[in-house]
Amino acid sequence: MPEPALAAAVRRSPALRASARYLAVVLAALAVFAAVLLLAGKDPLRAYADTFRDTLADAYGFSELLVRMTPLLLAAVAVALPARLGLINVGGEGQLYMGAWLASAGALLFPRWPAWLLLPLVAMLGFAGGALWAAIPGVLRGLRLVNETIATLLLNYVAPLVVSYSIFGPWRSAESSAYPQSPAFADAARLPSFLDTRIHAGLLVSLAALLFYWLLLEKTRWGVQMRAIGGNPEAAQRLGIPVAVWIVVALAMGGGMAGLAGMGEVMGIHGRLRQGLSPGYGFTGFLIAWLAGGRAMGILLMAFLFAMITSAGDTLQITQGVPYAVVNILLAVILFIVLARRRGWAR
Amino acid sequence: MGPRDAGTSPGAPPLLEARSIRKRYGPVLANDGVDLTLCRGEVHALLGENGAGKSTLSKILYGFIRPDAGELLWNGERVELGSPRDARRLGIGMVFQSFMLIPALSVLENIALFLGDLPAIVRGEAVGRRIRALGDRFGLHVDPSAPVRQLSVGDQQKVEILKLLLAEARVLVFDEPTKVLAPHEVRALVRVFGALKAEGYAILFITHKLREALACADRITVLRQGRVAGRPRPDQADAATLVKLMFGDREPGPSVAAEAAPSRPPGAGPIFELRGAWSRASGSETPLRGLDLTIRAGEIVGVAGVSGSGQKELGDLILGLRPLSAGTRWFDGEDASSWSIARLRERGVAFVPEDPLAMAAVPGMSVRENLVLGTGRRYWKGATVDWPRLESAMTASFGALAFPVPPLDRPAFALSGGNLQRMVIARELAHAPRLVVALYPTRGLDVRSAVSVRELLQRARDTGTGVLLISEDLDELAELSDRLLVLYGGAVTGEFARGGWTAEEVGHLMTGSKGAALA
Repeated sequence: MPEPALAAAVRRSPALRASARYLAVVLAALAVFAAVLLLAGKDPLRAYADTFRDTLADAYGFSELLVRMTPLLLAAVAVALPARLGLINVGGEGQLYMGAWLASAGALLFPRWPAWLLLPLVAMLGFAGGALWAAIPGVLRGLRLVNETIATLLLNYVAPLVVSYSIFGPWRSAESSAYPQSPAFADAARLPSFLDTRIHAGLLVSLAALLFYWLLLEKTRWGVQMRAIGGNPEAAQRLGIPVAVWIVVALAMGGGMAGLAGMGEVMGIHGRLRQGLSPGYGFTGFLIAWLAGGRAMGILLMAFLFAMITSAGDTLQITQGVPYAVVNILLAVILFIVLARRRGWAR
Repeated sequence: MGPRDAGTSPGAPPLLEARSIRKRYGPVLANDGVDLTLCRGEVHALLGENGAGKSTLSKILYGFIRPDAGELLWNGERVELGSPRDARRLGIGMVFQSFMLIPALSVLENIALFLGDLPAIVRGEAVGRRIRALGDRFGLHVDPSAPVRQLSVGDQQKVEILKLLLAEARVLVFDEPTKVLAPHEVRALVRVFGALKAEGYAILFITHKLREALACADRITVLRQGRVAGRPRPDQADAATLVKLMFGDREPGPSVAAEAAPSRPPGAGPIFELRGAWSRASGSETPLRGLDLTIRAGEIVGVAGVSGSGQKELGDLILGLRPLSAGTRWFDGEDASSWSIARLRERGVAFVPEDPLAMAAVPGMSVRENLVLGTGRRYWKGATVDWPRLESAMTASFGALAFPVPPLDRPAFALSGGNLQRMVIARELAHAPRLVVALYPTRGLDVRSAVSVRELLQRARDTGTGVLLISEDLDELAELSDRLLVLYGGAVTGEFARGGWTAEEVGHLMTGSKGAALA
C-alpha cells in the first residue's frame, strides 16, 4: 500500500515524529477537556474559539502569552538540567523566590548605578540567589547526607518566608501600609520591555538559557560527563568523573536558572519585590521539563503550550464564567496522557 | 540433527522429554530440532558455549518461553507449558544463577512464600520440620530460622533446592550452579546430586565446566549453535572430546588445557603497593584488615577467595573508589594514598570489570561517547572533545587487540555482551596502562571469549604491565597467576608462587577451614 508522503516523512524524521507526538497529545487532551466543559454545560467549541482569539490571534493576548512563557522556560531548564544527572529538583519555586530576593537586594542597595552596570549586576545576583539556594541540597546530596528531592521540596517553604520577612521588615515600602512590598526599583534596574507590551528582556534571557542548556549537554565535554552520571552513576564514578562535584554544580546551575526567572519577574513585571510574585511557575516548570523529557525543543513547545493554557484560564473565566481553576483539569489531563506512554528522558 | 536421545531406563517413559524443539529469535535459531530426555534417577549434563542454546532450552522446559515447534512430554503424555506455574504444577523446578530469595526474610519464610498455597497464618513449625527432614535426607543442612542475608552463597543454593523439594518437584533444572561455589562446595553439591538421584529425581545440570560434567553426569548432551552436537558417554569421553563437540573445528586454543607459562624473571620494580591497608565497611561489606600487596611490572598477581572475602573492597581500594582508613597506597614509588580515581587512572591504572554494562559503560550513550569516558583530559579540545583524534586512537586500540570496531553511533546497550566487554577493554588498554585490575573478568563469558580475555591479560603482562587478577575460578588463577594470594575475611591468608599450591590447599584457606583440613 503506498504510504502518503506526509506519513512517510514523519516516519523518517525523528524531529517530525516528536512534533507529531506532541500534537497528538495536545489534541487528545483538548478532546477530553471538551467533554469536561460539556458536562459543565458550556460550549467547548466556543470556549476554544475564544481562547484562540484571545491568545494566538490577538496581539495583546499573544504578548501576554510570551510574558508567561518567559519564567516557564527558565523554570523548566532549572528542572531539566539536574535531571540529566538523575537529580530531581522540585525546588524551582523556592529558587525562583531567592533569585528574585537577591536581585532585589542589588537593585535596592545600588539604586544610583547606571543601567549598564546595574542590569548585569541584578541578573548575576538573580542567578546567584537561585544557585546558592539549590547548592544547599546539592552539597547535602553530594555528601550523601540528604536526598535532593526532599531537600529541594522543603526549601520551597522557606524561600517565600525570606521574601516575606524582607518586605514586612527592612525593605518595607513607606508608600502604603496596607500592602507589604518593597519600594519601587530604580528605572536603571528595570529590564527593558519591547513594543509597548509587557514582554521584557527576560524572554531573551530565557531563550539564551535554553540554548545554553542544549549546547552544554549535547556539545561539550562537560555535557558528556554529566550525561554519563545520569546514565550510570557507578560507571561514571569508576571512570574518574567527579560525581559529587557535578551534583553540586548541576543543581546550582539549575537553581540559577530558576533564580533568573525570579529576577525577570521582579525586574521585568512587578518593578518591586512582593509576596506571591509567582503563581507556581516553579512547579509548572517541573511539569514542562518532565513532559518534554528534557529535550530542548520539547521544553520550548511545552512552555508555549502551558503559557497558552494558563492564559486560557483567564479567557474562560471571563467569557464562559467557569472558574480559573478548570485549567488545572486540562493540565492534569495532559500530564496523564503523556505519562501513560512515557518515552523516558533524553540521554 | 543430532543423534536420538535414548533414556537409560528402557521400560518407563522418561519423566520429561523434549522432542524436536525449535525456537527462533529474529535471524538466530536458538534451538533447532533439539531432543532431550530427563529420566528418573539420573544427572543429565547440558554443555555448550554461550549462545549455544542452553538457556533457551532450559527456559522452554520451565515454561518461560514457548517453542516455535516441537513438543514436551511429561511421563509420556504431551503437555503445554504456558508459564512457569504450569511447569511447577507438573513437578519441574529450576535453580537459577541468581537466586530468587528475599534477603531480609528467614529461610523458612522464603520457602513458605514459594509454596503456592500460602495460608493466612504460616504454620512455621510444620514447614520447619519438613525442611530439617529433607535437609537430613539429602545433605542440605540450613537453619530454617536464619535470615537469608546471613547465608553463604552455597547455603543460599541449598535453600533454593529445598524450595523445589518442598514444592514436590521431580525434575530439577540447575542453571550453572557451580559458577559461584568454592571447590569444596562444588563437591558438596555433587553429593547432593547423588542423594537426589538415589531417590529418583531427574536432574538437568547446565554447565560450562567440562570436568564437573564428566565427574557427575550419567549422560551428557552437548549443544552447538542450537543443535545437538553429540551425546558422548561420560565413561568414554574426556575433556578433549567435549571441547571438540562444543566448538566443532573452531577449537579455542591450547590454553584450555591450562599449561603453566614460564614464570617471569623478577627484578622489575613494584608498580603498585598497599602497605598495611585497612578499610572501613558498611552493611554487608567486608573490611580489609591490614593488607599488604605488591604488584611488580610484568607479573600477574592472582587473588583467590570465596565471594565476600573482601575482593570488591580490595579492587575498589586500588582503583581509588574508597579511602584507606589506615595504611598507605603506593604507585610507581610515589605515595598515592590520597590520589583521586581520576589521578590514578591518568597515571595508568586501568580496570577490566566483571559486568561492563553496569560498572564501566553508560548504556544510553553512544559507543563513541562511552569511549571518551574515563580517558581523563587526553582528548579535550576547548569546551568539547576532539572526536576525530579519539576515534583514531580507539580504532588503533581495537586493531591492536584484533577486535572489530563496533558502530560508533549505536548506543552501548545495543551491543552484545561480548562486544561491550571488548569496547571496555579496548578503551582501558588504549593508553598503555601500567597496572590492570581485572575483577572476575571472565565471569559469565563462554569458554572461547574467556580464553581470549585470559590471553589479553597475559599479553599485557608480557609487555611489562602489572596485572591484578581477582577471580573465583581456580583453574583460571592457576593458568595465569605468577603469584597467588588467598583472601579470607579481608586479610591475606596465604601467598604462593606459580605451581606451588594445590586447589585443595587453597580451597581450605579460602574458606577459613585450614584447621579442619589438617584434623
